[in-house]
Amino acid sequence: MSVKLMQGNEAIALGAIAAGCRFYAGYPITPSSEVAEVMARELPKVGGKFIQMEDEIASMAAIIGARVGGLKSMTATSGPGFSLMQENLGYAVMAEIPCVVVNVQRLGPSTGQPTAASQGDVMQARWGTHGDHPIIALSPISVSQAFDLTVKAFNLSEKYRTPVILLTDEIIGHMREPIELPDFTTVEKYEHVVTEPPETYKPYSNRTDVPPMAAFGRGYRYHITGLFHDEVGFPTQRLDEVEPWLERVNSKLERNPDDILLYQADYQPGARVAILSYGATARTARHAVKQMRARGEKVNLFTAYTLWPFPEKAVEALADSVERIIVPEMNLGQLALEVERVAGRRKVTRVNRANGEMVTPDMILAAMER
Amino acid sequence: MAEHILEAHSLTRQEAQIPREDWFEASETLQHLRKNKKFPTIWCSGCGLGVIMGALIRAIDHLGLQRDQVALVAGIGCTARMPVYLDFNTLHTTHGRALAFATGLKIARPDMKVIAIMGDGDALAIGGNHFIHAARRNIGITALVVNNAIYGMTGGQYSPTTPVGMRATTAPYGNVEPPFPICDLAIAAGASYVARSTAFHALELDKYLSEAISNDGFSLVEAVSYCHTTYGRINKLGTAAEMMRGLRDNSISKTAFDKLSPEEQQANTKIVRGVLHRKKRPEYTAIYDLIVQQQTHQEEIRLRNTGRH
Ligand SMILES: Cc1ncc(C[n+]2csc(CCOP(=O)(O)OP(=O)(O)O)c2C)c(N)n1
Ligand code: SF4
Ligand SMILES: [Mg+2]
Repeated sequence: MSVKLMQGNEAIALGAIAAGCRFYAGYPITPSSEVAEVMARELPKVGGKFIQMEDEIASMAAIIGARVGGLKSMTATSGPGFSLMQENLGYAVMAEIPCVVVNVQRLGPSTGQPTAASQGDVMQARWGTHGDHPIIALSPISVSQAFDLTVKAFNLSEKYRTPVILLTDEIIGHMREPIELPDFTTVEKYEHVVTEPPETYKPYSNRTDVPPMAAFGRGYRYHITGLFHDEVGFPTQRLDEVEPWLERVNSKLERNPDDILLYQADYQPGARVAILSYGATARTARHAVKQMRARGEKVNLFTAYTLWPFPEKAVEALADSVERIIVPEMNLGQLALEVERVAGRRKVTRVNRANGEMVTPDMILAAMER
Repeated sequence: MAEHILEAHSLTRQEAQIPREDWFEASETLQHLRKNKKFPTIWCSGCGLGVIMGALIRAIDHLGLQRDQVALVAGIGCTARMPVYLDFNTLHTTHGRALAFATGLKIARPDMKVIAIMGDGDALAIGGNHFIHAARRNIGITALVVNNAIYGMTGGQYSPTTPVGMRATTAPYGNVEPPFPICDLAIAAGASYVARSTAFHALELDKYLSEAISNDGFSLVEAVSYCHTTYGRINKLGTAAEMMRGLRDNSISKTAFDKLSPEEQQANTKIVRGVLHRKKRPEYTAIYDLIVQQQTHQEEIRLRNTGRH
């Protein structure tokens, strides 16, 4: 254990190394570049490999290729680069290749405001790649949580054979805070164990939620494709082969909510209003709650760390506990859409700012009056 | 289906679609085909892709490589369907990105032979950026580009290698864009082995492919082929057999080409077949490994000095 002062982006890079990441491919973009810089410096020290690819499309492809070769892998980017990664992100979903994609959100659309924070990619993280698909997105609220959620992102991605998006923002990425770094050898790491012999191994078996993944070059020769495929990986259009796959892959996350859905629900008996927030905005929300509680006002505070899958049940319970939920976001209202969907008759009040500035505690307090 | 042929082979219609188990045992090279994969291929009968696949199998077989040690990575297209039929580690990726996936795989497993199989559109239009950068890095990947001068899979749209004036479904009045010379591009970008042959000269392809796979660096083999179904039809170039013959008649070996006078060389319109470029250059993963070795060593010393070991 050692205490260090560092940026969120550095914590993400170190979290990745602690989680066993041994390959990084990326293309520089503000405000995420520090992740690449730390990875370029640190990976070779632990026998890992770093490469700066020709663009983000290639970066996403390379991390999938490296994971197929057996190395846990990650890339980091921001808005424009995240857009370029969408096609191969979908490939990782379809081919069930674990990998971690960090998006340090900046103000968009387009080149937008490269140095300004935003939470504008929440819906893109959910639906950015084409087609219906499962996805996990985690959002840290501090530097030390950036480390922890990066480790978590790797373990979830491995365990569920799915890409995991670490959806952070410029504020968390560039903010400096003290962080207690654990001894990396003690950090829990999920590893695939294939017990089946090559002759009977089915990389896409539908018998369990997640079949173990064999790396290339270790006696398990099989086919990986972005086409719909059968249990051994061959392309197929047969409904009796496609449907069990669809059913398994589209429910594998839902079936394991306790493992995947991370949030903190801080209830005060008798509260009639709740604030739901995530990422940098959760810090503002905490501030507002502190002020309210100091004045003797009761308020429930809900912080979502897993944005996707959306922690529906927990937010339903939150809605049942109050009359109104306030949802501050650095966008024009994205996660609020989900809150509105599950809040039933409860009133949902959006507090939005999409100009690169943070939502302030005053904006949240003013919303109480609305 | 000609019933009398089936009868002569004592095969039912269904059996004729799926090769018999013992058919695979008949030859060493056929062992590289996937026994559990349904044949025939998705390719049109008469397509040059089958011949090129045969050349690739023979090249790998000739080198005596373990099947586990070989990875075939492909993009999207008729050409890119090749790996699914072959019993190696096979990765069928997204359109244009085969080399980017292959780069990650090669870095993760420098000991493996990684072969990227792409069509002309796959490698040079949507994948052009990855193509030049893989060549620039001289990463140990063999790129097999099947150049049929058209987008076959999507039905015959013009590609970056369609000759000027030729027709395509998206060039109904003739193509106005000049084509990429694939081999020149690879050489200029830094490839360390570049060769070209055609689907007609299958045995030549075997040889170039095995040289390419043995080369420690980025290799390109351009296999000139044809698509009688789309390009052939719209340009009235005849049957598959006629187009295959065209490859024979419209190509010249590099040895013969080198003997031509400068004027004759200038005027040559035939496909030049041969090894066009060979140059020893440091291979990417080997160079990067030096950094890894140096840094892991220094890290050990650092940890020892700080008493953490
Ligand atoms: C991103 C994307 N754009 C377009 C396509 C459609 N598409 C599939 S194959 C292909 C062209 C194939 O041509 P080529 O690479 O020359 O291969 P061939 O079929 O001729 O062997 C295209 C445009 C796609 N699959 N993905
Ligand atoms: S469409 Fe053309 S390239 Fe594709 S299989 Fe048929 S002949 Fe071959
Ligand atoms: Mg083509």
